[in-house]
Amino acid sequence: MNTLNPTEAFETSITDIPPAQVKLATRNLDFFYGQTKALKSVSIPFARNKVTALIGPSGCGKSTLLRTLNRMYALYPGQKATGEILLDGQNILDRKVDVSQLRARVGMVFQKPTPFPMSIYENVAFGVRLYEPLSKPDMDNRVEEALRRAALWDEVKDKLKESGLGLSGGQQQRLCVARGVAVRPEVLLLDEPTSALDPISSARLEETVTQLKADHTIVIVTHNLGQAARVSDYTGFMFLGELIEFGPTGNLFTRPAVKRTSDYITGRFG
Amino acid sequence: MTDAATTTFLGRPRTQPRGAFVGRIFEGLCFAAATALLATLAGLLVSLFIGGWPALSTFGLKFFVTSSWNPVTDVYGAAGPIVGTLVTAFLALLLALPVAGGVAFFLTELCPAPLRRPIGTAVELLAGIPSIVYGMWGLFVFAPLFAKYVQMPLMMSAPPGSLLEKLTTGIPNGSGILSASIILAIMILPFMAATLRELLLTVPSAVRESAYGLGATTGEVVMKVTLPYVRGGAIGAVMLGLGRALGETMAVTFIIGNAHGLPASLFDSGSTIASTIANEFTEATSPVHTSALIALGLVLFVITFAVLALARLLLRRQESRL
Repeated sequence: MNTLNPTEAFETSITDIPPAQVKLATRNLDFFYGQTKALKSVSIPFARNKVTALIGPSGCGKSTLLRTLNRMYALYPGQKATGEILLDGQNILDRKVDVSQLRARVGMVFQKPTPFPMSIYENVAFGVRLYEPLSKPDMDNRVEEALRRAALWDEVKDKLKESGLGLSGGQQQRLCVARGVAVRPEVLLLDEPTSALDPISSARLEETVTQLKADHTIVIVTHNLGQAARVSDYTGFMFLGELIEFGPTGNLFTRPAVKRTSDYITGRFG
Repeated sequence: MTDAATTTFLGRPRTQPRGAFVGRIFEGLCFAAATALLATLAGLLVSLFIGGWPALSTFGLKFFVTSSWNPVTDVYGAAGPIVGTLVTAFLALLLALPVAGGVAFFLTELCPAPLRRPIGTAVELLAGIPSIVYGMWGLFVFAPLFAKYVQMPLMMSAPPGSLLEKLTTGIPNGSGILSASIILAIMILPFMAATLRELLLTVPSAVRESAYGLGATTGEVVMKVTLPYVRGGAIGAVMLGLGRALGETMAVTFIIGNAHGLPASLFDSGSTIASTIANEFTEATSPVHTSALIALGLVLFVITFAVLALARLLLRRQESRL
């Protein structure tokens, strides 16, 4: 464990991405839980159709950063974000932005599976029904497509009418991924999606993530460094609410530019 | 102590700790208390049955299906109070449920944080008001207003021969079946609202966030996700409210009108089992009259028990599903 001097400014290294490739980016983003500042001037780009992993020790702000990207924090009083979050150049922190429509564009999958108390089919169709009045055959196709993308179709195709709560943990989590991709969001936020899963389910979910980036921009928060190295194209390392290092995953894991990053990925702390 | 003193443990003589003696006494007391409760319940049921037997054996099935309740000729048919009990309780539920649901949703999803406590406390205070106060308020304040602004206009505007006319015949004096139902609804509302609120708070925030995360609005989240999530428990809460409405005595006695026949309309006077017993027990002189009232008590016992058992069953199903 390193000794920390809170007044010391952290050394940082942020690699830029050409603006044309950026789908989503934060600029000088600060975040507050009441009086507590959880994010300190974070500026990070997320490249289109790439997977960006956010890593760092517990409490470093990576989940908080994720929850600002679809303004999920706005459900709770006392939480606020300042700065800019640009989705295709539009600042989504602007009051005029409709949060429901924003969340349909920026989907989210949580740490624990959260199937709704309804059938497997209805779970996947739920979000689609909110915005698109599809005919029955179109909806059937959409549900099948989403379940295939989440690598769950073969396991559930014969029991679509059964409750989503009856599936195993890994299947439930892939159901939540299917539910998320069914609405065809532009960005998909994954908050430690495999932390509650066994290794085999985790591996299948990682495969799914790799396939999904063809159509989506993906941000994944993970504690599993191996997972970050396997699935992501870019990685951001966060520490105490700051973005310490950001760059192509290969570079960050093999030649970290900042000592604190190398300490973390070599297991010296965190 | 003889045995305990001679046993050895790791080479040392082992005596029984003093705590064990106190523990046994405590155990015995708890067991006695629990058994006494069961015995009381059984005794109640048996004595109700024995007390009601003369009336039940005299009138047989007629006790339940005829509605002539006449202490002068000593003929008792309890269909009036039984129907009155069921109708007022279900009407009360029908009126209270949407409002209770609204209050619960408001408190969990929409209410600004500073208002949450005051409103929650107000709901709990409403639940604590003694029922006789509701009854007095119902008779002296609510009934005249209800007669003037609801009963009269409705009766005047009902087209002859229409369903509305049939439902609104009677004397517009403010008392009757519907008035009693409304007072009952006001009484069970805070209880149901508080229970529903507790239930909605059990929905994991991750589930709610998932629904919001797909772009759902507050209304869609509540109607399509949180409400289905607590379905079974909500049914249980409703049943418990129904149980209270079935047994409520004082408030109903004040305002239902206390007529024994089958109520002909919503504005007609009627009676419930509880109000009939409360009104007549001190005046019952003939043994059959007393017995008929006890038999009514037995009927109420069975109805309430059935409702609560159903609630338990539904709650258990909900728990096993989660």
